[in-house]
Formats: sequence, structure tokens, C-alpha cells
Amino acid sequence: MAIKSKKKLVENIIHGVFLVLGLVTVGCVLLITVYLIVSGIPAIREIGLIDFLFGKEWASTAAEPKYGILPFILTSIYGTAGAIVIGVPIGFFTAVYLAKQAPTKFKAVMESAISLLAGIPSVVYGFVGMMVLVPGIRKVFNVPDGASLLAAIIVLAVMILPSIIKVSMTALEAVPKEYEDASLALGATPVETYFRVSVPAAKSGIATAVVLGVGRAIGEAMAVMMVSGNAANMPSLFQSVRFLTTAVSSEMAYSSGLQQQALFSIALVLFLFIMLINATLNFFLKGQKEGT
Amino acid sequence: MNIITAKDLCLWYDTLQALKNIDVEIPEKTITALIGPSGCGKSTFLKTLNRMNDLIPGVKITGSVCYQGKEIYAPGVDVSELRRQIGMVFQKPNPFPMSVYDNVAYGPRTHGITSRVKLNEIVERSLRNAVIWDEVKDRLRKNALGLSGGQQQRLCIARALAVEPQVLLMDEPTSALDPISTSKIEELVTSLKEKYTIVIVTHNMQQAVRISDQTAFFLLGELIEYGNTEQMFSKPKEKRTEGYITGRFG
Repeated sequence: MAIKSKKKLVENIIHGVFLVLGLVTVGCVLLITVYLIVSGIPAIREIGLIDFLFGKEWASTAAEPKYGILPFILTSIYGTAGAIVIGVPIGFFTAVYLAKQAPTKFKAVMESAISLLAGIPSVVYGFVGMMVLVPGIRKVFNVPDGASLLAAIIVLAVMILPSIIKVSMTALEAVPKEYEDASLALGATPVETYFRVSVPAAKSGIATAVVLGVGRAIGEAMAVMMVSGNAANMPSLFQSVRFLTTAVSSEMAYSSGLQQQALFSIALVLFLFIMLINATLNFFLKGQKEGT
Repeated sequence: MNIITAKDLCLWYDTLQALKNIDVEIPEKTITALIGPSGCGKSTFLKTLNRMNDLIPGVKITGSVCYQGKEIYAPGVDVSELRRQIGMVFQKPNPFPMSVYDNVAYGPRTHGITSRVKLNEIVERSLRNAVIWDEVKDRLRKNALGLSGGQQQRLCIARALAVEPQVLLMDEPTSALDPISTSKIEELVTSLKEKYTIVIVTHNMQQAVRISDQTAFFLLGELIEYGNTEQMFSKPKEKRTEGYITGRFG
């Protein structure tokens, strides 16, 4: 009996340890959420929700400071949308090719290259963008400064490629071979089969890939800060712009008072965007599980 | 007239020889049954007839298969067109995860038919020919995966018929089905003989007797005996055929 109760004690202790570890994770999320809301609300209250969200001017260090973050919101949305418009077609077609058509050896090489792309730190993306992309844009489009929304879009498009390719590939590879056989046996060519049977069957996985790409793009700060010029303009393709993320990171170090509180409010807005993306992601993942 | 002629056909999966010097002539508008124990090469042979074996890496084929007098393994043959003319029904019912209508319309659409009226007509005719129209006419827009196994298999037959093939290859089409669905499919296959040439792989010897005109018996990649079904089952020429059909092995 003594041995049994000792065993039970050990079980209970281990159970408790796991519970505490789990609570630490959940606690972090809760802490961040609560902290952001608590520290983000005051500035919004003082500035006014409408003026804050829809004000077109951000001049936090002026004698008469203005805290309108519409330029940041629009830049983040345009930048992400642009990255999706460029990155998704490239990633999607690459995934179809690799999952369905590529020779085994080539596929193995490509897959490790894509994993490597995913592992490159964002500061390196930013650095390469600064050294190659920014001067390139200046020359090709003949604009005074290449550090622009366009440069940020291109860098983001490259950065989201790995997750789009990998997640789409997994979904495409999971399509039952029977479907493809049936299509080929009806006289469809392989390419017709991929696009009319395999891709529709993998559509929720591919949608998940796109949403993951959106999440990655909207949350990126370092690389876009280095190539976008970081001026608080309303977004325009060849102008220097500032994102929600970079607005926080570029001023936080020297901010104080209302300015600092406003930065917390920006972080709160960004956080809400991310929550929205996560909710969308869960929606698609659920669809995938139900196999629709 | 023979619609398909295989001569001296050999097939290797890498180094394993799965078919050894097969000679078969298949007459038009008849039912040919391929029988034999598992792994004897009957399904492999079936898949050489519409070149579905091309999809398996490491397959090597020698010899000749002629369809309507033309070599199907000659360079420059349009494999898609060949597969349109020689349709296939698989062992496991495999409707696409789309509506009943879209399943049947898939083939015609792939081959360029876009007219709504024409598609409606093809879908109805194919479903009627596959004797499933009455069961699905009210649920054409519903997902085909909601049908029963037997209905799914008849839907797959309808889908194959929709591209107007000349030959229908069937790879154990009833092995995953219950007896009632099986007898429905058998009736259907017998009625299809009027318009189509049918080659069917089966594990069920009674099924071969019930529906086929001629039977080919495969063993370890060789064609042991090929001839009229009645004759083969009443007076087999080969000892090994007799052994298999009387149930002594296999």
C-alpha cells in the first residue's frame, strides 16, 4: 500500500508541474492582452478614437503634436496586400509544381532551400533589401529615393514565400491519389488534373497558407523598417512610408508621456489585426478538419 | 472483330517481372473476365491497356498492345485521347469531392463541352445508362461523397460513360460492395455490353461465369489459359486452371 500511495504522489506532482507549465503559457498571453488594453486605452481616450484611427497626420514630437495613425494602418494593409498579391501566385504555383510534378531530387534540393529561406533572420532580409533593392528601385523607376512602400512589399513577398509554399505543399500532397487517377483515366492531362481536382480538394489548406502569409507580413517590423524609409506619409508606392510595427519600434526608445501612450495604442491596433487573422486561420483549419 | 490485341507483352516493376509474354485478343462488344490469385498480374495487365501504369515510377514495358489496329505504346500517341476512349472504373469507388452533377460533367467539361444544355443531356444520359438516375435525380447538386458505396461505384461508371468511351476497364469494381450492390453492378455491366467492350478483373469466379463471354486465367505473371468462359469453367484445358477454379489454391 505504501508503494502505491507513493506512486500516486509522484503522479500528482508531475501532473501539477505540467499544469503550472501550461498556465505559464496561457498566463503570458493573458498578461500581454491585458497590459496592451490597459496601456493602450488612455491615449485613445485623450486623443479621441476617430481622431486617432482616422487622423491623417502623425507628428508626435511637434510643438502641437498630432496623433493620427491612418497612414500606418493603410501602409500596413497596402503593404500586406501587395506582398500577398506578389507572393501568393509565386508560392502557390511553386507548391503545385513541387508537390505534383518536380523530379524527386530537384524537389529535395528545393525543399531544403525553402527551409533555409524560412530560417534567414529578418534583419538579413532588410540588409539585402537596403543594399540591393533600394538602389535598384531608385535606378529602375528613376525616383529620388528607393526606400519606399514598393521595396517593403517586395521584401515581404519574399519573406512569406516559405510558409505559403510549405503549407500549400502539405495540403496538395495529402490529396488522395484516387482522385487524380480517376481524372487521368477520364482523359484529363496531368496539368488539368492538378488544377481541376487536386487544387480544389486542397483549397482549405491553401487558404490556410495564405492567411499564415498575411500574419507573417503584417507582423514584420525589422526588415520593412530598413527598406521603407520610415517617414509617416500616407502610403504611395514610391514614397517613404511607416508601418504599424515600425511606428512603435522607431519611437519607443525616446518617447514619453502621451506620445508613449499613443505608441501602446498603435500596438493595441496591431494586436487586434493579428487576432482577426488568427480567427480567420482557425476558421479555415476547422474547415480542413471537416474535410470540406 | 478484335478491338484490343496484346502481343508478347512483358512488364517489369524495376527488376521484378510482373507480366510474362502475354498474348490476348479481345473481341468488340464482349465481356472479358481476368481471373487469378492476388499478385498474378491481372490488374497490372488491365492497366497496361489504358497506360495507367505509366504513372508508376520504374515501370518498363516491352511487346505490343494494339487498340483498333494502332500500337498504343508507339511514340507520339496521345495518351489523354487513348484514356478517353478506354475508360476505367477502379476497385474502390472514387468519386471526386464535388456534386453528383459535377462528377459526371467533369470528363465532358475537360474535353471542351461548355454548353449547359448539352452537359445536362450528357449527365442525364450517363446516369440513366449507369442505372442510378432515379436514385440521384433529386440530389444532383449534393456532394457525391454522401452516396452509399454501391451508388458511388455506379456514379463512377456513369462518370466514365460520360466521355463516350469504346472500352471500359473495370478493376474489381464490386470487391468493396455488399451483395445487393454487387448484383446491381453485374446487371449493369451485362447491359452495357450492347454498346461497349468490357474488360473486368474479378476475384469472384461466380461473377466471371455469370457475366463474361471469355475468361483469361493469370498465374504468377503468365497467361495460363484464355478462352470461352463456359468451356473454361466446364472443361479447362490446363491442370492449373482446374486447380484454381475448383478452389484447390488461390
